[in-house]
Amino acid sequence: MLSESWIRRALCAAATTCVAAAFCILLVLVYLVLPLFTPGGLGAVFSWQWLPFQGQFGILPMVTGSLLLSLGALTLATPLAVGVSCFVQVLAPRRVKGLCLAMIHYMTSIPTVIYGFVSIFLLVPLMREWFDRGTGFSLLTAMIALTLLILPTIVLVFHATLREVDLTARTTCASLGFSRPSYIRHVLLPLSRRGLLAAVILGFGRAVGDTLISLMLAGNAPMVPGSPLDSIRTLTAHIGLVVATDSQSTFYHSVFASGLILFLIMILINLALRGLGRSYTS
Amino acid sequence: MLAKHGKVFVLAWFALVLIVSPVLAGNLDRFTGMEGSLDIAGGTAHIPVMNEAAKRIMTFNPKVRITVAGGGTGIGVQKAGEGLVDIGNTGRPLSDEEVSKYGLRSFAFAIDGVAPVVHPDSHVADLTAQQIRDIFGGRITRWSEVGGNDAAIHVYGREEASGTHEVFWGKLLKKEAVVGTANIIQSNGAMKVAVSQDRNAIGYMSIGHIDDTVKPLAVDGVVPSQETAIDGSYPVIRHLFMNTKGDPEGLTRAFIDYILSEDGAGIIRASGYIPLQ
Repeated sequence: MLSESWIRRALCAAATTCVAAAFCILLVLVYLVLPLFTPGGLGAVFSWQWLPFQGQFGILPMVTGSLLLSLGALTLATPLAVGVSCFVQVLAPRRVKGLCLAMIHYMTSIPTVIYGFVSIFLLVPLMREWFDRGTGFSLLTAMIALTLLILPTIVLVFHATLREVDLTARTTCASLGFSRPSYIRHVLLPLSRRGLLAAVILGFGRAVGDTLISLMLAGNAPMVPGSPLDSIRTLTAHIGLVVATDSQSTFYHSVFASGLILFLIMILINLALRGLGRSYTS
Repeated sequence: MLAKHGKVFVLAWFALVLIVSPVLAGNLDRFTGMEGSLDIAGGTAHIPVMNEAAKRIMTFNPKVRITVAGGGTGIGVQKAGEGLVDIGNTGRPLSDEEVSKYGLRSFAFAIDGVAPVVHPDSHVADLTAQQIRDIFGGRITRWSEVGGNDAAIHVYGREEASGTHEVFWGKLLKKEAVVGTANIIQSNGAMKVAVSQDRNAIGYMSIGHIDDTVKPLAVDGVVPSQETAIDGSYPVIRHLFMNTKGDPEGLTRAFIDYILSEDGAGIIRASGYIPLQ
């Protein structure tokens, strides 16, 4: 009895610590961004030009870059993930299924820097030759590498939902004479829609937060791209670049604004995820 | 008779070793009997020098552990200032804000040139300073305009507050902004990889990082190198600094003295830089 109450207390303390830590991070970020809340300061940071030595500290191109890159990677990864999950759960022979799942699990453990590094030597020259435009460091290149990175996240979360639905629905549908493709199309996918949404939101969080892929592959030009073959800079890469080179000047503070925006985006994503989870269980 | 001569010979040899060994150890002697660890981080131009010095010191005295990390000039200031590393390297002088916030002390130890570089297969080997300004300013966009192939010029640059960028931009580009579409690379090492992979690239990097995988461009007929930087004919040069929080002591002091010693000068020269003393 005593030990049970202690376990409860310990868990409660752990949970409180986590919440407090996250909240403290938010507070610190807001505190560090406060100096920017002057009429000139805020306008300078929320603008479209990044020319720090000419007094222009705009990070909006980086916000655009982050959103374009992560949404782009999601559009590539989601259909792939749905295909892989359905194949693995319904169509694949048992041995292939095991192999596929093991591979997907393995993909989650590959460090991001490996994707980035290999891409510089394989993907970037290919992109440069195929499209014959730009340097190969581009939105599209980063998008492809990022797709590989977030694919396992989406597959694993979605596949978990799919397996649950499949357990309850498969026998019924088989007895009704559904072919396996039409079973996927008309029963399995509609029933696991919420699971897919949750998986996609998690994948989006992963994509927005990733730094190395965009830093190494996207080219980092602080501009709004006119085509997928143009170079972009994400918020995370921007923080990485500025922190690497500067430490105390005025434009250094724009990285805190970038951090705060990232943090707020992640909070929104998590709130959305929680909302979904609630409506899914009820 | 012979045995006696042998004994004398051995003794003489020992004596000789005893006399000579301090000379062999030379400037490394200051590390005798020292223990502990020394962490270094910051500017990426410094890494070849730091690594070689660390290797020699740790071979001489295995009880000393030295770690060398990159990160960039900004990381060097930050980490040294916060006391996370013992020495923070910068490729530019510290700004007034940085000195006043952290109370850092700077030790310049080498002169480094920053050179424009292209792919080794590029047909272009020599540009005027004005042509380089036009390329980085976005007014010349094809290699054919400066005597190369008919291909678009791929401009690679560094972030504004990078030490390497600061000297190239200040002394060669005359403080003119680099074209906004330029790809921004995060370190000297990454710049070498990017330019060596791209036949139509032009970038700029620390002379010490240049090897066979990239080709330095002559500027107004002067090939950037140690020699031309020493005699003053190649003007795009800067100092490399080690920075410590407050006055260095113990192992940190010994390391800085070693870099500033004769041996250190040898390492600096071998790494492609010019020692300052």
